Amino acid sequence: MGSNMAENHPVAFRWVAEAKRRGAKVVHIDPRFTRTSALADLYVPLRSGTDIAFLGGLIRYVIENEKYFKDYVVNYTNAATIIRDDFQDTEDLEGVFSGLKEAPQGTNQKYVYDNATWQYKRVAAWDVAKAREEAKKAATFAEMIQKMVPPAAEKDPTLQHPRTVFQIVRRHFSRYTPEMVEQICGTPKELFLRVAEILAENSGPERTTMMVYAMGWTQHTYGVQNIGAAALLQLLLGNVGRPGGGILALRGHATIQGSTDVPTLHHSIHGYMAHPDARRNHDTLRDYMLTETRPTGFWANLPKFLVSYLKSMYGDAAKPENDFGYDWHPKIAGDYSFMASFHAMARGEIKGAFFFGQNPATSINGSLIRRALANLDWMVVKDNFEIETAAFWYKSPEVERGEMKPEEIKTEVFLFPSAQVAEIEGTFTNTQRWIQFHEKAADPPGDCRSDAWFTHQLALRLKKLYADSTLPRDEGFKNLTWDFDYDPGHYPTNTRIQGEPDVMKIWREINGFKTDTGELLKGFGELKDDGSTTCASWIYCGAYPEEGKFLPANRNPDPDDKPGTHLGWAFAWPANRRILYNRASADPNGNPWSERKKLVWWDATQKKWVGYDVPDFPATKAPDTPAKPGAAGMDAHDGKSPFILLPDGKGWLFVPTGLQDGPLPTHYEPVESPVPNLLYPKWQINPIAKIYEHERNQLATVGDTQYPIVLTTYRLTEHHLSGAMSRWLPWLAELQPELFVEISPELAAEKGIKNLDLVRVSSKRGSIVAKALVTPRLRPLTVNGKTVHQIGMPWHWGFMGLAVGDVVNDLTSWVADPNVMIHEAKALLVNVEKAQ
Amino acid sequence: MAEPMGFFTDTSVCIGCKACEVACKAWNQLPARNGGKVQLSGMSYDNTVSLSGIQWRHVKFIEDFTPDRSTGRWLMMSDVCKHCVRAACLEACPTGAIIRTEFDTVVIQQDVCNGCRACISACPFGVIEINPETNTAMKCTLCYDRLQAGMVPACAQACPTQSIQFGPISELRQRAQQRLEQLHAQGVTQARLYGHDESILGGLNSFYLLLDEPEKYGLPSNPQLPSTRVPAAAAVSTATAVVLGLLGLVGLRKQRMDQLAAAAKQGNDGE
Ligand code: SF4
Ligand code: SF4
Repeated sequence: MGSNMAENHPVAFRWVAEAKRRGAKVVHIDPRFTRTSALADLYVPLRSGTDIAFLGGLIRYVIENEKYFKDYVVNYTNAATIIRDDFQDTEDLEGVFSGLKEAPQGTNQKYVYDNATWQYKRVAAWDVAKAREEAKKAATFAEMIQKMVPPAAEKDPTLQHPRTVFQIVRRHFSRYTPEMVEQICGTPKELFLRVAEILAENSGPERTTMMVYAMGWTQHTYGVQNIGAAALLQLLLGNVGRPGGGILALRGHATIQGSTDVPTLHHSIHGYMAHPDARRNHDTLRDYMLTETRPTGFWANLPKFLVSYLKSMYGDAAKPENDFGYDWHPKIAGDYSFMASFHAMARGEIKGAFFFGQNPATSINGSLIRRALANLDWMVVKDNFEIETAAFWYKSPEVERGEMKPEEIKTEVFLFPSAQVAEIEGTFTNTQRWIQFHEKAADPPGDCRSDAWFTHQLALRLKKLYADSTLPRDEGFKNLTWDFDYDPGHYPTNTRIQGEPDVMKIWREINGFKTDTGELLKGFGELKDDGSTTCASWIYCGAYPEEGKFLPANRNPDPDDKPGTHLGWAFAWPANRRILYNRASADPNGNPWSERKKLVWWDATQKKWVGYDVPDFPATKAPDTPAKPGAAGMDAHDGKSPFILLPDGKGWLFVPTGLQDGPLPTHYEPVESPVPNLLYPKWQINPIAKIYEHERNQLATVGDTQYPIVLTTYRLTEHHLSGAMSRWLPWLAELQPELFVEISPELAAEKGIKNLDLVRVSSKRGSIVAKALVTPRLRPLTVNGKTVHQIGMPWHWGFMGLAVGDVVNDLTSWVADPNVMIHEAKALLVNVEKAQ
Repeated sequence: MAEPMGFFTDTSVCIGCKACEVACKAWNQLPARNGGKVQLSGMSYDNTVSLSGIQWRHVKFIEDFTPDRSTGRWLMMSDVCKHCVRAACLEACPTGAIIRTEFDTVVIQQDVCNGCRACISACPFGVIEINPETNTAMKCTLCYDRLQAGMVPACAQACPTQSIQFGPISELRQRAQQRLEQLHAQGVTQARLYGHDESILGGLNSFYLLLDEPEKYGLPSNPQLPSTRVPAAAAVSTATAVVLGLLGLVGLRKQRMDQLAAAAKQGNDGE
């Protein structure tokens, strides 16, 4: 659901094909019948953007028909926890939660939430502000964290108390009936019920179900909540932390996982630590720790991770007396996400930009982006070919239409040719968190260079420029450690390229070492908060445990089937663990739930956790270990709490912190929708969705008669993303040579469109031309008595390269999910007409 | 002679990714049509359209839906030369350019082919065409060069779902049979094998598991050798087989061919 795995992840799909060969059932729920549907046992259509309604329907089905995994739910989730008396659900407030308030200026939101009322009810009163004041005076970080431990939460293991999470969840989803699912999603009720039955039958002690998603869930103004709904469902069914279970996020690109781990994210630093932020209480190192550390559970170790990170940034200059250089670290002061940045660029607030492996000229609301690019003084594009972004100033549709004139565009474009993947060595991190090393096959041709070379050379030159600065603000950059040159005499001799950094030195910094001896660290358990260890990314710690031993290069698969976790193949973060929270694969007493699904269990004779995977639990903590009242860190959890990263050790059905838009998933319509919100008529869209105001970012109204058709955009196997790696290659270009729009025979007949006709597709933002591909794989749906047509367009094309075509993103808009600021390209409104 | 080798293509797991097409072109250095600048065909996701002198693998896409969508399938099948045990192309070739290799595969020797096109009309599957760059007849070689080096053909190597399986024919037949039984047990009653036994041209060394009648995939259900339609040619082919047998070049294959030639002759006599 929310993914087209066979087309976009064909190599990973081999395992689905293999599972199918062994009798697994594959269900594909999608607005379009795709190559994934073709291989599925059951294809289920739904209206794009209604996943929460569908998943909510499944949640209700599982609860009302008592199909949930009771022992799992009671012991391993927060179902029994009682929520504060002043919490109000969407059931009480007709579609929103308590805490909704007007958004401050400059957030591009109408409303935001204050999550105070979503918290657990504590057994005793607790004043956070006071605790914080006390904690600030503590001598050590450990003591400080200790003082922040809240009183225990109230619970009712019978799940009967009306304010238990379980009862709140039950009430919240009570209106998501099969009839409602049919009315909202357009999915026939019988089909929906079949999915529910298959799911329930395939979950429990003997079996597990896996959910697989990709951009079909993320690219919505409630993308995170789509996944939250799946997580809630999987927890109810006991499908988390167990083999064959879980939620598999398919990443859209090789090592996208790696790029969020060692992050290119604007709001987090390595290993998913929050980026120091001027808007939060992060003024000093202590403030940061107090704000960000969860005092109970594994995240209580944050000070160790953060101090080691700062040591990796500033080396010897990072000392206890200067808070390890925390004040030098840049702080974010706003939304620096993609759309927000281009919003600022459109206002002329950004002078220069680097684009590495990214082609924004064909990205969301393309015309607006291309106009924004013209406001830059300079841009650096590093890519394989002269992509649209590099050529926007003389070849974009705006230039063709005479709306922009090359001679008036001041942007200076620097185009750097890039090395290809086989021409560089390094690691990829896949969606299963496996870090895999790959060697270089050949030198890149001509001036093509790796991204590592470019960044390294840029840094060396900048360091030189800043070396003599006496400005206080430059001190951080001057102190930044940058020690990646090969040792003298060690530069590889089998290459003509000079000036590459030593990737193993980069890995040394990522993995971490002891600052006195330089000895590599064996795992994040060795990290300290006193400056005696350095480690850029705690989650990657242990991948390079000693000189000459680099686990990502390991290639020792398990023999056929046994046990199948392949611990000798590459390195999976954290700690080479293949399945997170795998304590949940055993019952509360530590025995496998079933022989068939055993993975990790408690060995009473050895007095430790053993199994086929690296246990995700304190190695010798017995299942009957009680929680220590008032303790910080892992001692706060008992031996039956598998979700060690969470403060209470339980899987969260109800999410008290961390989400901007509510503790429970709630169905809202896409920002552009042909129908009103049937479930909550007062709240059509996610109340805190981001909408970036701009005259070129107009939105269609609900049920807009000028734009009555739902468009969903997607990718094809034959091309990659904006086409920068495929549209220039003859062998790939010929496979999908031209832009097309998939239209159902019904809509085609209504509009007088024949296969291969040129059609014009228009939204409130733009209008493009494509060839019609009339196909029964698309179908009209009946939504609350109304026929809704959906069409689909792959967004790979642009105006450069061999296979050229209009930019589909000229139709999409700058609206975003409030948690991660992803756009909504899976459901928007357009019109389709035969082109003149 | 080495064991007969070939392909078993299980279309039930084909995801239409075309990795086989690209791997084939990359290994055999075949050009894209018109340098890659072509037009949308409008035939589902198929834009390479057919097998040809520069397209030795071709993935077919068949959209098979009832108007109300109560049933619907999207069939995909990677088509290729069948490496027939009784290869019409080989029999038709006047120059001897088309040979049967030690792997029991059918290969056109490029330095011998004079581009006369006899094989093109002979092949009952429409596999061969003239490569415009060389003006010789071309088709899949079953990666003869890779086989000689002990490697798997490029397409089979690239196929992510093991829809294309390569190996000794005897082993592939067993695997195909098992897979067929499994699918039948799962209720896919329409599944069938195509070319796995001698009933089609003495056996296809590239045979298929299909999910419907061969015609649905554009395959003839009962392909004929031109020779079976022309008695004289059948006699020639029998003679060829005998000669080959005398030369001691073929073992198992000779037997199969002899049987087939006899059967074909009988069939003709009966007509
Ligand atoms: S399929 Fe055609 S080209 Fe291939 S061996 Fe048979 S007759 Fe010859
Ligand atoms: S590579 Fe395999 S799965 Fe892909 S199209 Fe070819 S046969 Fe089908």
